[in-house]
Amino acid sequence: MSTERNVAQIALFTALIAALGLIPQLTLAFGVPITAQSLGIMLCGTVLGARRGGLAALLFVALVALGLPLLSGGRGGLGLFSPSSPTVGFLVGFPVSAFCTGLITERLRRLPTAPAAGIAAVIGGICVLYAFGIVGMSVALERSLGEAALLVTAFIPGDMIKAVLAGLITAALYRARPDSVWSRA
Amino acid sequence: MISLTSPVRTRAHGWPAGAKLLGLCVASVVLFAAPYLAFQIAAALAVWVAYALPGWLFFWYGVRRIWPLWPFVVLLLIWHLFTAGVGEGAVIALRMVTAVALANLVTMTTSLEAMMAVINRRLRPFARLGVNLRAIELAAAMVIRFTPVLAGKGTALSLAWRARSSRRAGWRVIVPFMVLALDDADHVAEALRARGGIGLDNKI
Repeated sequence: MSTERNVAQIALFTALIAALGLIPQLTLAFGVPITAQSLGIMLCGTVLGARRGGLAALLFVALVALGLPLLSGGRGGLGLFSPSSPTVGFLVGFPVSAFCTGLITERLRRLPTAPAAGIAAVIGGICVLYAFGIVGMSVALERSLGEAALLVTAFIPGDMIKAVLAGLITAALYRARPDSVWSRA
Repeated sequence: MISLTSPVRTRAHGWPAGAKLLGLCVASVVLFAAPYLAFQIAAALAVWVAYALPGWLFFWYGVRRIWPLWPFVVLLLIWHLFTAGVGEGAVIALRMVTAVALANLVTMTTSLEAMMAVINRRLRPFARLGVNLRAIELAAAMVIRFTPVLAGKGTALSLAWRARSSRRAGWRVIVPFMVLALDDADHVAEALRARGGIGLDNKI
């Protein structure tokens, strides 16, 4: 495995997360738009695995902090990383979430690709990410953890659909390019 | 790609980026440490005066960037109206808007190059521990270049779908989109190797 291929895949996946937020025409099942790029974060882990997926998400978050408008709606900049920003926890959680998703996909090698990636996306992409998001929101808004959790429950059904899709997409990708799906390699 | 740096050039553009970031950290800590209404109002006024100084264009640019926070401000005020009292809610809401506006101010007055230079300086000690700085810089440059490229390819894919189907392009279009990205990555990697590679020599 060459350094060049590592770097190129990480960079292209980071660009992919950003591009998923830029294409307006894409809508998921039941009209859920791909916003907040959480599907891209899940796919980082399920396709690239823990290390590369985590690094791709980390690069994405770092570039957003430096001032690139890579988040959906062209958002970005340091304002989103202020401890007073209600969504800071989700951004900080992105790399950890991608890492955990990748780790679980790698561990579930005995299962077929689709369920393994789907389960990993639910645990890493939803449970881990929301844990960070809820803590961040409770700090910014000075609410208890329970109250902060209540505020984000509305987004969980949409993310469950995305987790299922992450599983299906990873399985299809593994059929198309088995050498590039590192979580299975 | 559209940058988040302000279209209006201000005096703060010339200040060292590291100092601005340090100042932002200190200011954020102070804002959190002082939950007094009078102080928060004064801080909010000071920040918005700073936004107004370079002119209306700069001011409106700043307001547009802070606007997505309004649901949280409304939520906090309504919540506190029924619980602890509006005063406390106002302190938290003011602090949120001021702190985020201040951080946006740093982003608006600092170029991407200056930010990258600060990161590079901070990461340099880690190069000895095996962190490949050139790889990081190259990856960052590649993301900037490939984001619009991939967005264009994705748009072309969904247009192609719409040309053949009466239904909208759903999630299925993501699979060929990702295959494209992975193939692009392989081609770029080959091209990099053909031109000497990234190299693990951090001393360059």
